[in-house]
Amino acid sequence: MNNIGIIISVVIIVLGLLWLAIRSLTGREVERRIIFLFMGLAVSLPLIFNITFSEKATPVVRNIFNKIESLPAGSRILISFDYGPSMAPEVEPMSNAFIRHSLAKGHKVILMGLWATGQSLSATAVQDIIKPEFPDKIDGVDYINIGYKAGNQGVLNVIITDFRKMYATDVNGVNLDSVAIFKGIKSLRDMDLMISVGGGFPGVKEWVLFAADPGNIPLAGGSAAVSAPTYYPYYPRQLIGLLGGIKGAAEYESEIKKHYPRFADMPTPGIKMMGPQTLAHLIVMAFIVIGNLSFFFAKRKKIDG
Amino acid sequence: MKRNIPVAITFIVGTVLILSVFFPPVERMGEDFSIFFDIIAVFAFFLGGGNLLRIHSDKIYRKQKDWGFSVVTVVGFCFMLAAGLFKLWNPGGIAADVAAPGSLFQLMYNWIFNPLGATMYALLAFYVASASYRAFRAKNIDATILLVASFIILLGRTPLGMYATGWIPESFSILQIPNMAIWIMVSPNLAGQRAIMIGIALGVVSMSLRLILGVERTYLGVDNE
Repeated sequence: MNNIGIIISVVIIVLGLLWLAIRSLTGREVERRIIFLFMGLAVSLPLIFNITFSEKATPVVRNIFNKIESLPAGSRILISFDYGPSMAPEVEPMSNAFIRHSLAKGHKVILMGLWATGQSLSATAVQDIIKPEFPDKIDGVDYINIGYKAGNQGVLNVIITDFRKMYATDVNGVNLDSVAIFKGIKSLRDMDLMISVGGGFPGVKEWVLFAADPGNIPLAGGSAAVSAPTYYPYYPRQLIGLLGGIKGAAEYESEIKKHYPRFADMPTPGIKMMGPQTLAHLIVMAFIVIGNLSFFFAKRKKIDG
Repeated sequence: MKRNIPVAITFIVGTVLILSVFFPPVERMGEDFSIFFDIIAVFAFFLGGGNLLRIHSDKIYRKQKDWGFSVVTVVGFCFMLAAGLFKLWNPGGIAADVAAPGSLFQLMYNWIFNPLGATMYALLAFYVASASYRAFRAKNIDATILLVASFIILLGRTPLGMYATGWIPESFSILQIPNMAIWIMVSPNLAGQRAIMIGIALGVVSMSLRLILGVERTYLGVDNE
């Protein structure tokens, strides 16, 4: 089914693009709705035929995986949900992969968010990932969700010296002094690794400026592809690694599957979404070529008179 | 008086926050001011919500163009606000997490807000394709360099980049397309981004000094003197 799907998809798209390329030789432009049609096909056919590709982690992704692997069991990892529903399809696979990996390695996971919309998404992660896949992990002992507080980078400015000045309780109203996971934690400086998943403001950049750099705390990031270029200047000194877009998520998922047989059947939305992304990128490239063909032939036509 | 008090507050807070970075005795005051900031930030929600209701209620009252959308906005806002504020259908009651599974707030978030947000974002793919078709034309050398870089990035962000160049030995791995894409990100992109960031930082420093010293007063709703 997978092979037939690939063949059908490729034949439909290639024939269509060839026809457009031949048309462009006369200097004719392609209408916007034709581009939309091809893009629609490119993103839907791989989903219909379940077209997936194998992934190999690049160093910028592997660094985060290796960092979580190298920390001794019981280390404290803070994951911040700095995104909303619009960005969730792209970055949620990252936060889910970080949670899976951290808990499988026996680390303590603290979930929070600098975005108001992040609290519902972290609650969803607890419900959909932690509770069904790690039934032995206890809330308040192995993981905790402390939720969202208003103030953007102001929140980081406070919790870098004292968590309890900003967070007295977790999302369920349980006092942080009474939970085992927060024993010995005063501030962000007591974290072994912080991970910000997002792509807007406040996000990875604010975590670098107001927490990781002043506190000298290891920070990793996961961001939407459109924001990733703005975070690369911080790699590798202020950011130990960065998952850029769905490709980063897919690479991380492939690393987890490779090293943890228990996750062989885990849902891998990142890898699944790489099919549509690959075809969509090829379509964009094809249209850039077609655009240039029609540009040059139209120019020549004009010169020839 | 109306002008001098806010200018004095800005001067004191700004100066203390700067000093708190360099002088440990002032650090505590810097923390306290950060907490004040976080408390004030909460009031932005009241202002935002109030403003949204005022503008859309006015639009409905005057039956301006597309006032029907304003009805949807106001009803959606009030419904979601009530679901979160009174924790309707929340299995844990009023003390539980607002986003507890099964609560009306979380149901609306998961089944309405989430798919709507994702749909809007997904539309970007179509507009990016259309924009790329029109914008990436090899009109001159600069545009051609941009075009080549875009091809490497586009291919490098797919598994095809590795399939096509994975055979290149490790000692020349920089020539593998995914690694070339990363090189573009961490070298030329980094240089450009850092220049922009340093420029912005200098601008922020200059504007902050103007605010602290009371030279810039437009935030008070008055022209600079």
